[in-house]
Amino acid sequence: MSTTAIDVHAGHHHPKGVWPWIMRWVTTTNHKDIGTLYLTFSLVMLFVGGALAWVIRAELWEPGMQFVQPHVFNQMTTVHALVMVFAAIMPAFAGFANWMIPMLIGAPDMALPRLNNWSFWLLPFATGLLILTFFLPGGAPAAGWTMYPPLVLQQGASLPFSIFAVHLLGLSSIMASINIIVTIMNMRAPGMSLMKMPMFCWTWLITAYLIIIAMPVLAGAVTMLLTDQFFGTSFFSAAGGGDPVMYQHIFWFFGHPEVYIIILPAFGIISQVIPAFSRKPLFGYAAMVYATAAIAFLSLIVWAHHMFTVGMPLGGQLFFMLSTMLIAIPTGVKVFNWTATMWRGSLTFETPMLFALGFLFMFTIGGFSGLMLAIAPADFQYHDSYFVVAHFHYVLVPGALFGAFAGAYYWLPKWTGVMYDEKLGRWHFWLSTIFVNLTFFPQHFLGLAGMPRRIPDYAVQFADFNMMSSIGAFGFGAAQLLFVWIVIKAVRGKGEKAADKPWEGAEGLEWTVPSPAPHHTFDTPPVIK
Amino acid sequence: MNRKVGAFAAALAVLAVTFCSAAWADWTLNMPRGVTTISPEIYRLHMLILWVCTVIGVGVFGAMIYAIVTFRKDKGAQPAKFTHNTKAEVIWTTIPALILIALAIPAAETLVKIEDTRDSELTIKVTGFQWGWHYDYIDEGVRFYSFLDRESNAARRLRSGIDPRSVENYLLNVDNPVVVPVDTKVRLLITAADVLHAWWVPQFAVKKDAIPGYVNEAWFTATQTGTFRGQCAELCGMDHGFMPIVVKVVTREEFDEWVAENAAPTMTRSN
Ligand SMILES: [Cu+2]
Ligand SMILES: [Cu+2]
Repeated sequence: MSTTAIDVHAGHHHPKGVWPWIMRWVTTTNHKDIGTLYLTFSLVMLFVGGALAWVIRAELWEPGMQFVQPHVFNQMTTVHALVMVFAAIMPAFAGFANWMIPMLIGAPDMALPRLNNWSFWLLPFATGLLILTFFLPGGAPAAGWTMYPPLVLQQGASLPFSIFAVHLLGLSSIMASINIIVTIMNMRAPGMSLMKMPMFCWTWLITAYLIIIAMPVLAGAVTMLLTDQFFGTSFFSAAGGGDPVMYQHIFWFFGHPEVYIIILPAFGIISQVIPAFSRKPLFGYAAMVYATAAIAFLSLIVWAHHMFTVGMPLGGQLFFMLSTMLIAIPTGVKVFNWTATMWRGSLTFETPMLFALGFLFMFTIGGFSGLMLAIAPADFQYHDSYFVVAHFHYVLVPGALFGAFAGAYYWLPKWTGVMYDEKLGRWHFWLSTIFVNLTFFPQHFLGLAGMPRRIPDYAVQFADFNMMSSIGAFGFGAAQLLFVWIVIKAVRGKGEKAADKPWEGAEGLEWTVPSPAPHHTFDTPPVIK
Repeated sequence: MNRKVGAFAAALAVLAVTFCSAAWADWTLNMPRGVTTISPEIYRLHMLILWVCTVIGVGVFGAMIYAIVTFRKDKGAQPAKFTHNTKAEVIWTTIPALILIALAIPAAETLVKIEDTRDSELTIKVTGFQWGWHYDYIDEGVRFYSFLDRESNAARRLRSGIDPRSVENYLLNVDNPVVVPVDTKVRLLITAADVLHAWWVPQFAVKKDAIPGYVNEAWFTATQTGTFRGQCAELCGMDHGFMPIVVKVVTREEFDEWVAENAAPTMTRSN
């Protein structure tokens, strides 16, 4: 039993030895520990998903098949997407939620600590199951992350494994969401009304409800795939009286909210970071809350914009086109309010702010292409082309991932007690920004010129933009090693000692506790006036 | 401060070089205008929304850049205290709503036209399968399979040693192209035999999923003759990237001749 001065968990009892150390992390119910586990796991998975992306971009480096068979290529695109969505981005934000929500609302821990432990520990096993399918006969899932039947039913041994993995991943995120809702609803410090909560708590509260609505629907869809394959049902088989298009409706009823499940927590982080470095409160707080709720509601009624080409009736196409276009309004409010927050502020440009600004610019580009995709007649040209690939990567990488980076740099001093290396942080930002645009901007042109997505080889007129995109992808991946190094340095306590409130303009309860945050905070709730 | 400006300038330079070189090479940067009655309309819609986004983007990005350049602490900027401004908020909720309505109207009009498959003069049943297309000219009695051409198929093997650049229309050529007459409303009845596929020819602005158990309708009226190429657009397994579509638009006389020659029950590789 000892306590060390530079330890993140100073003040807590640490058993010595490897086994006790392992058991400490396996059995921990502390929100900060579990937050750390989530964040570490997601960072590892970012590189697993990134390695798969590198295989994809290597094969697409030039026309012709150089490295992998088409079937292997399809496994790469499928597992890349599943890993990035379910094992990298979602757990990253769950990590932020665990670390920060109790501290932001003045609570001693999450409301359901044991459930919290289980939510996390399902993840590595679920993801392990998914990755293990690479070693099964027939390889990993290869029908795309959307798992459309009938193709997905040709998959072989990996099908039940990947379905079970999806079930476990869904279970994990549903339990995490229940925990977040219960925590926010019941454990706010006295005086902190809902409309006084930091924006990050609001966006996560709404995200948690979306997860609880959407995830069981996905579970249902994949379970029907399972019974179609193994128990003689024909939910999605036309030959048996079923309907393959019904799967797509069910999947996207989950899939579109999923987009917002990924991006809303990033909105929350950006809403914390921009005011801090503008030294000015968030512009239009109430409007931001309502806009988030409006986006979440609309996300439940727009799903078939992913399916304009399946041959829906005209009325259906018109409805989904118009409802999708409506999302531009609350999203616009968000972007305008962030800009207005900076307006007449007093701006500085530390790394968290740089990533937040990168988010602001490039997420908006993704928003524009999203509006273009909403226009059904034009979507007949964009759909399933590289234009779509460019669109959703702009939303997910310089959108969601940059949001996570902004949050990581913003709160690293609180987590580790030292300031991260600012110079390297800026390098990380600029390299990431240059390479992410080099990777994904040319893909707009590829899509408009007619290159379909999910193909392992392409006609020679697509060669130059693909090579550019591959250079960007290799550079982007390499630049992320810098982030790992910066984090390791900070975790090992190398760097200037961080003040309790290292950012001049930051506000919130998390800055009232010491840096690093002690293992237990707010055992006595603070009072908010 | 100078260092930041330098880094920003470097980033801009990289982007600028990217775009300038793109303009010199014969790369396609934009959606094709297309060769059917509907495709230019879709192209115009695409350009309309692109310009709307560009104008809004100039405004929004301009405001962001202005804020970044002007309201800097190192320039002595003092933070203002305001937290909201009802007038501004009403304006930037209402104006986008009006813009969206202005976009929705032409989009809906075009959509109605696209869905109007009446009065077609030629009907072709298109069946996607792993991995090729089958075409059935229902009234003319012409039916045939269409596969990736032999040269592409050899070159696309893993480490084939054949340079794709030496193959004409690499991956975009087939053994038996679809032949249709110009200025004729052609209706496609699209379905699939096994898994999902999608029939896409960018120059026609037609993309429709081929779904087992469904017969989807699409149509086009080509306004010029020529050969137009497309690909399957829905993931359909390992050779999804290798089932192109080629459509030859010919004059009415050439088409009638072609039908007369091929109306026999069999043709190359059909059964
Ligand atoms: Cu969607
Ligand atoms: Cu296909």
